Amino acid sequence: MLKSKTKILQLFVTLTACAFLFVPMILSLLAGVTSNYFKGVSSGLTLKWVFKVWELYADSIFLSMGLAFACLIVTLIIGLPAAYGLARHPGWLSRLLEEFISLPLAIPGLAIALALLQLYGSLKGFRISWTFILVGHVLYTLPFMVRSILAVLASMDLKTLEEGAASLGASSWQRFRDIVVPNAMPGILAGALTVVTLSIGEFNITWMLHTPYLKTLPVGLADSYASMRLEIASAYTLVFFILIVPLLMAMQWASARAQRITL
Amino acid sequence: MTLRLTNTSKTFPDGTKALLPTELTVKTGEIVSLLGPSGCGKTTLLRIIAGLETSNAGSEIWFDDDNVTTLPVERRKVGMVFQSYALFPNMSVRANIGYGLKIQKLSKLEIDSRITEVLEMCQLQDFSARAVSQLSGGQRQRVALARAIAPRPRLLLLDEPLSALDAAMRKDLRDELAVLLREFEITAIFVTHDQNEAMAIADRVAVMSDGHIVQIGTPEELYRNPNSAFVAGFVGNAMHLDGKSTGNELILEGGSLKLPSKGAGHNVYVRAEDVHIDDNGSLCGQVETITFLGTHYRVGSRVSCPIC
Repeated sequence: MLKSKTKILQLFVTLTACAFLFVPMILSLLAGVTSNYFKGVSSGLTLKWVFKVWELYADSIFLSMGLAFACLIVTLIIGLPAAYGLARHPGWLSRLLEEFISLPLAIPGLAIALALLQLYGSLKGFRISWTFILVGHVLYTLPFMVRSILAVLASMDLKTLEEGAASLGASSWQRFRDIVVPNAMPGILAGALTVVTLSIGEFNITWMLHTPYLKTLPVGLADSYASMRLEIASAYTLVFFILIVPLLMAMQWASARAQRITL
Repeated sequence: MTLRLTNTSKTFPDGTKALLPTELTVKTGEIVSLLGPSGCGKTTLLRIIAGLETSNAGSEIWFDDDNVTTLPVERRKVGMVFQSYALFPNMSVRANIGYGLKIQKLSKLEIDSRITEVLEMCQLQDFSARAVSQLSGGQRQRVALARAIAPRPRLLLLDEPLSALDAAMRKDLRDELAVLLREFEITAIFVTHDQNEAMAIADRVAVMSDGHIVQIGTPEELYRNPNSAFVAGFVGNAMHLDGKSTGNELILEGGSLKLPSKGAGHNVYVRAEDVHIDDNGSLCGQVETITFLGTHYRVGSRVSCPIC
């Protein structure tokens, strides 16, 4: 008897927690396709708000996608060699550097943005370019890329693997290309996934750095909640959701495929 | 290929003298083992020969008439089998073996035929498509060996190739390795801390201690004529008798022992199989243990004289 009572209680708590999380989400998504939110769903369902969002904020969507992609490229170009260097030369200096790279995680995005504005704000061309936001995103996402690759590299005997390749005649570049990168792939993909999602969702730094002509998805979302009908803001959330879910799924699929071995 | 080392030494940045100036010559087709306890410098010496470690100034390493002292490992054309095997987890058995050939930019046809040849030699035909993670310890060891010899290196270097295996397999694979190495007809050097392994595989054994080669010779030479207490103790576990020397006799608690040459010290090493139990012997002992070992008994006795 007591056992089933506990079970019922468990179920109740679980369902309540789920409802607490899902009901606002569903309501918000529903609001995005309701003709008039104040009248309720009875006013009819429509896609006009979604089209309106596209009309108003298509630029933001493309900007965010472009930013995320550029951010991924830059963090890869910096992060992969950095993680490799740190993994090959363990020691107090490497540990210090790793912590140093991770500092932007501990500092509020607002402070990073202010620092960037103070230092580069007067460079007009740079200040109004999308690359200015990119710098902020790279600062914020780089530690995730480095740590994720470093964790994978640290879990294997990289030095001996490379010595093995070297004894077979491989130059340092060939060792990096044939041994280091393929074996680091799970870390690279996990890092890439994190970097892309963080970059698309980043608000703190971006909100400080953006200009009226450069609004990313989250900045546009804030803007739409502040200045548009609630239905548009809700439809915006829906668009955000539709964009990010297939992207995440595609990257998960890619990472599952990448772990195959060379025959 | 003949390997010749002259005045080769290594001091680590922290001042540790890992290898004292060493001379070593290994003839074409010869298999030499570097034998010694851990920390004796045997792995350092192997890594210097491979080019994975730089030696001190003044060292010279010759592969036939090539001075390779300053050549990095990737240009020395040596095959190396690592203690942990260092097989590439991102490649299949076939790709692992073919990696060195791919680096040499051989034609695809040539690569395929060489891989097949080596797979057969090492009896790995059935495993060529497997991932490294799907292999047993013994199979991994054979893949490591196959990968090292596929590019036809000038010299094969093996760093404790059997130590990662469990004891039951080690003996079988030891004999297998001895046969394979001779089949390859390659100059080989292998490092081990196990005297049985060294004796079973090598043509000559270099016994090392504290960063230098104490003695080098065939297994039989080392066993019959060790040049030091260390070699006698390390190779074949000779018995140590400590007594007072009168010049031509060694006086012990249980009697005396005739010395083979005058002026020998007071430390005498005796092989168990050279001892005969006899009622009229010159040395008394009390038997403490008798162990049956199949082909022979092992008798443990304390040299003392309970009767006299």
